[in-house]
Amino acid sequence: MRACVFGVMLLLSAYAAAVIETYEFSTPALEARYQLLSEELRCPKCQNQNIADSNAPISQDLRRLLHQQLEAGASNEEILEFMVARYGEFVRYRPAFNAVTAVLWLAPVLLLLAGVGGLLLLLRGRRQSGGSLTAEEEARLAAILKSPEKDA
Amino acid sequence: MAPRLKLFLPLAIFVVLAGFLFRGLSLDPMELPSALIDKPLPAFSLTALADGRALTRDDVIGQPALFNVWATWCISCRAEHPYLQQLADSGIPIYGINYKDEDEAARRWLQELGDPYRANIVDREGSLGVDLGVYGAPETYLVDGDGVIRYRHVGVVDDRVWRDTLEPLWREVLALAQEP
Repeated sequence: MRACVFGVMLLLSAYAAAVIETYEFSTPALEARYQLLSEELRCPKCQNQNIADSNAPISQDLRRLLHQQLEAGASNEEILEFMVARYGEFVRYRPAFNAVTAVLWLAPVLLLLAGVGGLLLLLRGRRQSGGSLTAEEEARLAAILKSPEKDA
Repeated sequence: MAPRLKLFLPLAIFVVLAGFLFRGLSLDPMELPSALIDKPLPAFSLTALADGRALTRDDVIGQPALFNVWATWCISCRAEHPYLQQLADSGIPIYGINYKDEDEAARRWLQELGDPYRANIVDREGSLGVDLGVYGAPETYLVDGDGVIRYRHVGVVDDRVWRDTLEPLWREVLALAQEP
């Protein structure tokens, strides 16, 4: 029984290893860049995965291309440019800053500034309205404080 | 701001948000604009499915044509096939890009289902596919008389797609090609 379970697990592990292919790299630096780029490049088919995680045929192709280009000595910029020329800015999880993507990059900062600005305005408004009562209001307040509470 | 107007702020925010969300209902997030629109069809040096002769970009450009990316493993391509045949019968030149397929299976498919293609470019490794930015089959590219990609449709071309999007562009491209 135990041998049988072990056998099944062995079979399964072989399958798991076969899901994503491995590449041999001439230097560890290239391998590190491969990891970095394959995590940054987005799978065009299965849109919320990077090509490192995706097992779609197109991701396999892109990983193979990535490996080839790294071994051929291409720089990160050249590789990203190659991918963007074919699949559009979409293919990068960190798109380049340009006229099209400016809104994408600047929106968080602008929203944060707007939020902080709004908060400051609100706080200032509250401080101004609080603490300064007119003479009439002061008199009413004093009267209220002096009179004994009826329902106490 | 007057205090009265301030009361309408939540309503205004709601209306703006609702507007965006409503717009989102009719957007397809799977639809990617092609990076190759208005760019020349990429150069390639591949073979023809029918007889294995060499095919390059120069062999397939010169007149407006559709380029249809297909494969025998692609189920939607089977659904699309009769409509392509219909288009071809009405005189529209269609080139096939047989994408990551087996030649034998592809030839059998054309024998059984009919052959709407002027020629089929065998892209076994998907290299032309990558140059075109293909990420699945079927995809159909509209290429004008100068060999420039004018439109990319992802998914099945059917009567509606043809009438609503491809045909108007096709007429435009055809008119341009016929000008001296």
